[in-house]
Amino acid sequence: MIDRLTEHRGLDGFDIRYVSLMLAILAIGVLSIYSVTQGQQNGLTPYYLKQLMWIGLGAAAFLIMWASDYHQLARFAYPAYAFILLMLVFVLFEGRTSKGAQRWIAMGPLSFQPSEFAKLILVLVLAHYYSKAPRVGWLQRVIVPGLLVLPGLLLILKQPDLGSGLSFVAIYAAMLLMVGVRSQAIGFILLFGIMLFPFAWEGVWGSLHDYQRQRIMAFVDPGYDPSGKGYHALQSKIAIGSGELLGKGLYGGTQSQLKFLPEGHTDFVFAVFAEEWGFLGVLVLLGLFVGLIWLSLEIASKAKDQLGALLAAGIVAMLCFCVVVNIGMTAGMFPIVGIPLPLVSYGGSATIMTMASLGLLLNVKRKRLSLFY
Amino acid sequence: MLSTNYPETEFGDLHRRLFALRVGLLLVVGLLGLRLWHLQILEGPYYRDLSENNRTRQVLLEPARGLIYDRNGVLLANNVSSFSLYVTLEDVKDREVLIQQLSELLGLDPTLVRKKLAIKGSKLLPRKIKDRMTLRDATLVESRRLDMPGVMIQVESQRNYPGGLIASHLLGYVGEISADQLEKPEFADLHQGSIVGQYGIEKSYDRHMRGMAGQKNVEVDALGHEKKSSVIEKPQAGNDLYLTIDVRLQKLAEDLLGEEQGAIVALDPNNGDILAMASRPAFDPNVLSRELTAKQWVEIVQDEGRPLNNRASQGQYPPGSIFKIPMAVAALETKTMSPSSTVHCTGGYQFGKRLYRDWKAGGHGYVDLHNALVHSCDVYFYSIGQRMGIDVIAEFGKDFGLGRPTGVELPSERSGIMPTPAWKQKVKREQWLPGETISAAIGQGFVTVTPLQMASIIGTVANDGVNYRPRLVQAVMDRATGNLQELPAVPRGKVNAQPETFRIIKDALADVVTKGTATRARSSMVTIGGKTGTAQVAALRTGPEESIPKKFRDHAWFVAFAPVESPKIVVAVLAEHMGHGGVAAAPLAKEVIETYMKLAPQAPVVISELSGVSRHDRSSFKDS
Repeated sequence: MIDRLTEHRGLDGFDIRYVSLMLAILAIGVLSIYSVTQGQQNGLTPYYLKQLMWIGLGAAAFLIMWASDYHQLARFAYPAYAFILLMLVFVLFEGRTSKGAQRWIAMGPLSFQPSEFAKLILVLVLAHYYSKAPRVGWLQRVIVPGLLVLPGLLLILKQPDLGSGLSFVAIYAAMLLMVGVRSQAIGFILLFGIMLFPFAWEGVWGSLHDYQRQRIMAFVDPGYDPSGKGYHALQSKIAIGSGELLGKGLYGGTQSQLKFLPEGHTDFVFAVFAEEWGFLGVLVLLGLFVGLIWLSLEIASKAKDQLGALLAAGIVAMLCFCVVVNIGMTAGMFPIVGIPLPLVSYGGSATIMTMASLGLLLNVKRKRLSLFY
Repeated sequence: MLSTNYPETEFGDLHRRLFALRVGLLLVVGLLGLRLWHLQILEGPYYRDLSENNRTRQVLLEPARGLIYDRNGVLLANNVSSFSLYVTLEDVKDREVLIQQLSELLGLDPTLVRKKLAIKGSKLLPRKIKDRMTLRDATLVESRRLDMPGVMIQVESQRNYPGGLIASHLLGYVGEISADQLEKPEFADLHQGSIVGQYGIEKSYDRHMRGMAGQKNVEVDALGHEKKSSVIEKPQAGNDLYLTIDVRLQKLAEDLLGEEQGAIVALDPNNGDILAMASRPAFDPNVLSRELTAKQWVEIVQDEGRPLNNRASQGQYPPGSIFKIPMAVAALETKTMSPSSTVHCTGGYQFGKRLYRDWKAGGHGYVDLHNALVHSCDVYFYSIGQRMGIDVIAEFGKDFGLGRPTGVELPSERSGIMPTPAWKQKVKREQWLPGETISAAIGQGFVTVTPLQMASIIGTVANDGVNYRPRLVQAVMDRATGNLQELPAVPRGKVNAQPETFRIIKDALADVVTKGTATRARSSMVTIGGKTGTAQVAALRTGPEESIPKKFRDHAWFVAFAPVESPKIVVAVLAEHMGHGGVAAAPLAKEVIETYMKLAPQAPVVISELSGVSRHDRSSFKDS
């Protein structure tokens, strides 16, 4: 009780540790983006400034989510999902194509990526679905939500955006696991299977011939690595490995500064950071992520109702999945699927969506302190 | 209390599952940490090496090729800056796209580019695709370089021959080393794209002039853009050559031949120095040192005038009456004839069933050796030839250096033929016919010589039997040490004959010019001795000279030495299809000799000031 009151007197569940961790990770992101894109002009505004702008928008989304009421939001889950599905259809026809995938909707000078927002909305939809009634039996527990996930998943894979597609599956698996299925093992296997896939990958993938890999990759994700010879993966491994213990220092990363490393400011930003700050920097970044996720899990377990707990768990699962898969892929343990590193990679949609998600998490925490809603 | 649609127990399960998620999270992050530790700590040094190699490209610094000067220090071959296009495969994204881009941009042949890119070797080593690019092309490539990763423009020195066609056969030309050459041990320190001499002095003195390539390390980004560079090893320039030729005499000799096909060789008989060696038609070594298209090559190779043939050292012709000089020496030395004994010439020589004609219908009457040479009496030499026999003739011919290369420093020198019965048996698998000795006695039949050998023969006579190897290079300037190494004259052999023999011969040869067959070579400036010759092209001659198609007309020969008293220069002239030597060839030799006697050897000479030589603008990058 005392704990609850003291917190209530403050900023209504505005957890300063939580926000600090988030800001620290965002700062690392901006620094790495600044380092790798210095001297590189994208239009008139440098990337790091644009990222700061996205963070500003993300902070607004964070605060709005934090101040809102997730119960109210959950009511709009289905319409929001319908809307985002429409956007995903729209993007297939009218979307901006980049690097062989059609993922973006141009809005004036900006463009946004509906698949990023679809992840958060999917969490909302599933949490809403499971908390509305006791979903009993295989049909209600597994099949019906599966059918909810399917249209979004297929639309995203059509773009193609393997990374977001896998995130969709991960979110579904995490939610299933949280509400529990008769044979819980299935859920665990599904989730950890996806998470542990990177480690099994090396063994299976490494035993294949180059041309076999290329064939598989061409099937799974055409156009991501056009040279098809593992160029990105190799350059990324070289970048990380050559950072050694202490790193090459800011601007010192030859791999990224000399542009051997592709997508240094987006999907491979972790490699840039690892090259410049070494293993010690990597430990710090991993620590920050673990801290953030740890606090998020705490919020999930202390949520005052099923909806809150499921929302929090879904968001955490999404965050975990992106962090693990992104780092795993840059470290060469996983095929390159194009998942940005949350809060670090450059990108408007992903940054805003992630910060909004974290705002929603804090909202779950805030609401557990209020008796009436 | 908490409102939930689930039984309390099941919600409690959620907490247990969240706990499991925490454990799973730590496990997975732990594994990530392990992997990164493996990459950065255990394999860190390995990846650090890889990242160093990734960004450094080793670029060879081509050495400046040695320069070539004439005997007075006139520049004959130098280097000018030009642009070359290199491609580093490591940085190329899509080879076929690049090939298409380059062929569209520069009009290059796609198959040729593909072939050059396919040359084996490290992907990090830049491959030369094109040299001698125009400023326009280089700028075009430079402006589009962002679209073409791996493409690099290098400024390199390019071989240049300021004199254009002057002395092209002896200077030769350079070219990119061929795949075959790369396999050979003497080119072991070279690499694809290296420039080596492919003809002439450029080829035979390639090792001296080549120099040593240096190396620099260039730090590049993934697009192949140069960021920083450091020179590891400076290139060592090749050595300079000082030739024996006097470019003024060379140009005169070439101009004298003009549009006609032929060769003129001028030697200093006292040391074998080649003062001039002209061969016409000529080629432009500036063009040949560039990369030629297959079509251009075919045009040059199939040219009927065979401009790539150095007629002075590679053209083999019957010596005609010039051969009477060694014949005369042989006759006196073998005592076949005394200077005063005579042969009665009636205009023909009957041998077996065949009548061997003299060139003068009606004959020369009673002729001794002196008059036989002065008037070039064929019957006299038929007679002594038949008496001496082919083996004796061949022995003296060989003493004069016939049938073997002179050893001049030019590639692919031909040896000519000094026939013997043994030679005929070996090469033709036929028996020697006695009549063939009669033909050989006046330098027809199987005997063939090069103009250079002819110059060497008259040089030997002028020098009383002492023969020097004809040479083109008198000194090599070592660029590393700055030492000028003078090359000694190389004696080639000696014709062992009495001084009296040579005196008699020289007297006769002087009279050839004053009152014999070569009065057109008579000079008011200097005493000249010489001998005319006519090399038969077609065996059957019908009608007057003018009615025969030019390509069947005889070649005109003339050899000369001057001054008669103490010879300083010997000249051999061969004018293809120009008829009689006394008419077509002798005046040319006279011109060369007179000019040489007038030249002040030490006067400074600038090649571009010679008339007819185009100035070469070195400051611009025009497509020359």
